[in-house]
Amino acid sequence: MRRETIAGAVAIAAAASAPLWVWNPYHLHTLIMAGIFAVLALSLNLLLGYTGQLSLGHAAFFGIGAYATALLSVKLEWSPWIGMLAAMVLPGLAGWGIGRLALKLRGAYFVLLTISFAGVVSLVSVNWMDLTNGPLGIPGVPALAIALPGLPELSLRTKGAFYYLVLVAVVAAYVLCRRLIASRVGRALVALRENETLAESVGIDGTLYLVLAAVISAAMAGAAGGLYAHYTRFVSPEVFLFTYTVTMVIMVVAGGKGTLAGPVLGAVLFTVLPEVLRAATSWQWQMLLYGVLLIATLFFMPRGIVPTLVERAARR
Amino acid sequence: MDQLLQHLLNGLLLGSTYSLLGIGLTLVFGLMNVVNFAHGEFYTLGAYAVFAALALSAVNFFLAIPLAIVAGALIGALFERVLLHPLRGASIDTTMLVMIGLWIALQNGELLAWGGVAKSVPTPFSTTPLAWGPVSVSTLRIFVFVVSVLLIVGAHLLLTRTRLGRAMRATFQDRETAALMGVSIERIHTVTFAFGAGMAAAAGALLGPVFLLYPSMGDLAAQKAFSVVILGGLGNFVGAAIGGLLLGVAEELGAGYVSSGYRDAVGFVIIVLMLLVRPSGLFARAERVG
Amino acid sequence: MSALASPGDTPLEVRDLAMRFGGVAALGGVTFAVRPGAVTSLIGPNGAGKTTAFNIITGFQAPSAGQVAYGGRAITGWRPCRIAALGLVRTFQKTSVFPALSVLDNVLTGLHLRGATGVAAALLRRRRVADEERRLHAEALSVLEFVGLAARRDALAADLSYGEQRLVELAVGLAAKPRLLLLDEPASGMTPAEKASTAALVRRICDSGVTVLLVEHDMRMVMGISDRVLVLNYGRLIADGTPAEVQRDPDVIRAYLGTGHAAA
Repeated sequence: MRRETIAGAVAIAAAASAPLWVWNPYHLHTLIMAGIFAVLALSLNLLLGYTGQLSLGHAAFFGIGAYATALLSVKLEWSPWIGMLAAMVLPGLAGWGIGRLALKLRGAYFVLLTISFAGVVSLVSVNWMDLTNGPLGIPGVPALAIALPGLPELSLRTKGAFYYLVLVAVVAAYVLCRRLIASRVGRALVALRENETLAESVGIDGTLYLVLAAVISAAMAGAAGGLYAHYTRFVSPEVFLFTYTVTMVIMVVAGGKGTLAGPVLGAVLFTVLPEVLRAATSWQWQMLLYGVLLIATLFFMPRGIVPTLVERAARR
Repeated sequence: MDQLLQHLLNGLLLGSTYSLLGIGLTLVFGLMNVVNFAHGEFYTLGAYAVFAALALSAVNFFLAIPLAIVAGALIGALFERVLLHPLRGASIDTTMLVMIGLWIALQNGELLAWGGVAKSVPTPFSTTPLAWGPVSVSTLRIFVFVVSVLLIVGAHLLLTRTRLGRAMRATFQDRETAALMGVSIERIHTVTFAFGAGMAAAAGALLGPVFLLYPSMGDLAAQKAFSVVILGGLGNFVGAAIGGLLLGVAEELGAGYVSSGYRDAVGFVIIVLMLLVRPSGLFARAERVG
Repeated sequence: MSALASPGDTPLEVRDLAMRFGGVAALGGVTFAVRPGAVTSLIGPNGAGKTTAFNIITGFQAPSAGQVAYGGRAITGWRPCRIAALGLVRTFQKTSVFPALSVLDNVLTGLHLRGATGVAAALLRRRRVADEERRLHAEALSVLEFVGLAARRDALAADLSYGEQRLVELAVGLAAKPRLLLLDEPASGMTPAEKASTAALVRRICDSGVTVLLVEHDMRMVMGISDRVLVLNYGRLIADGTPAEVQRDPDVIRAYLGTGHAAA
């Protein structure tokens, strides 16, 4: 126990002070992306790790969030913070829709439903030019800024400032998941995964909790999308690329689904790793490696890195 | 009216290949309880195999297609032995994820091997379409249709008239009893998966020359295969055959009368509607619960 | 465990219940009532329709015809979770636990209806959540002590022996604080010693104020602990009485002679 708290404290201290000692702005960029992916991975983990249902359409929630805030802040010129709110509410509604549509659908059927949903959303983003500008995308998304009365406006345009915003988001996502899981709600979600029939027989409403997990998961993914939009300041149908979903899945499965540290570790690992590989290889090799890694993880470390390490440490 | 007939004809011709795709997937799904998300990649393999045979080794077109099918089936058998066989006791979620991993690896492998630039496959058919009264159709598409139908009929005969087919059907209906009767379940699994891969490769080999080849062509094919499987019902051969035709026609009508950009959305919409209304498929009988 | 239902209630009534698949009638019009505060057993040869009746009563299956009423309210076709909230809880024929969870977590999950934390509370009211967790923890321990599994509370359910897993299943069901507990073959696959302690446990459950309806094949156990016995054959009710009456009933003897069961 003592060793873990020290490790945790060191990690937090390092994370909190990163902009001070990470000289290279590109490395800071990588950390920011890692943070955005950590929120994404935590959101997918809520569904996959706890209720046991796999959503292969999570990039759709990410993309809807990005577009929501981009459209509101560019076309309607509303405050980006309202955009961020919409980035959570709209995907949340979509998640509610999926959950309600899914009803009794589980396993492969649920996966197919999410793939189809994502497919339709992606096609709409490309074809509905009037709304989304189609393949041209929406440039000029404003940066976020904190404007408190009486104080000068604090722009979150710089990498350092945005890094802290993302860090806050990651911590918030982590705490949210932690509090949910450690309560009666978390137990109901896990019951869905472990034995839904038994859960129903003791009064747990499977549909209600699946919808709940879908809404929260989608809203979190949307928040990540909103952050992405205000960071890169440009949104195009590329946010719906299947590669994002694949990356999320790898992060959760390899990191350790059903744990909280796992997806975060997975996010950092699989954001930093490609940067290391980038010098050596192209992204096609990287994705190929991901596929192989996913298979290898399922064969040799089926529970993921974090649970396997924890198990080994406990055995000693 | 003429336009309608043309759309119907196009839909049937195209749909026959969707039937091939769907039959391959539904058998794997129904018999092995494996969600083969890599199905589309065997479609891609079949298409690129034909390309390789023609462009690189100047093999006869009519020989290249069966070669591609055999290649697809063999590679399918290989992956079944290496990946699925060791995971026999694992949950359906694990095998699903493994197939997703295979999907990613294969697709990016194709990307690395062939590059992202679309390729076209030369065919020995003339490009002038034949005209039959109000409709016109290219010789290539007729060829594709004929071969598809032959393959579907052949597959059906294999399943219903041969010992192997009987063993497969027995395993599908009651695995334990089949095993007790001396059926090697492992062999049936390998054969079934190879069969599914071969059908997908056949669809790719046939459609490759009709459209262009690019490494992610399998994604749409896989999605259509899933639509067909859901339309026809899991493990339902005839359902998949009919479902494929239905999807082809629906797509053509959608593209013709609604919008061509949303053509591929038809398959997605079908999946969603079917899952909501009748997940067991159009042709499945109501099943007993519990 | 405190007493709950007063014996004056009329818990479960089943009227003209029928279930047909294609041409086969799994249940062909069954009517009975389960008296509160007693142990009632539902017996019959294999395929007589017992588990089908359970499935319908607890909402896991919709009947082709007929009604189920509990405490005067019609509950036919209600969802299982809603029926459970009324106090009707069932166990399953095949061992049903939450395999990756510890025994304690299994029971804590069964205590779902005894908690009130929703998403908002989980996120914002930490003190309330902590209090509720403490309370549920204590309740879980008392349930485990009642069934005799307190010592195994940290073991993973998947790692337990068959008999222990069936006890976990029972504990999970009891955690839901049922007024009427439906046990589906609680003694199947057990050694004689395990069966004896299960029988004793069922009586203890009934003594604590929970009505019990059980399906069981072991005649000795059934006749030993039941206050009332219902006999199904080919989807129809052929006898309804005390164990002694049922054992003497010629229809019952005839129904069982073919399957080799002797009246105990």
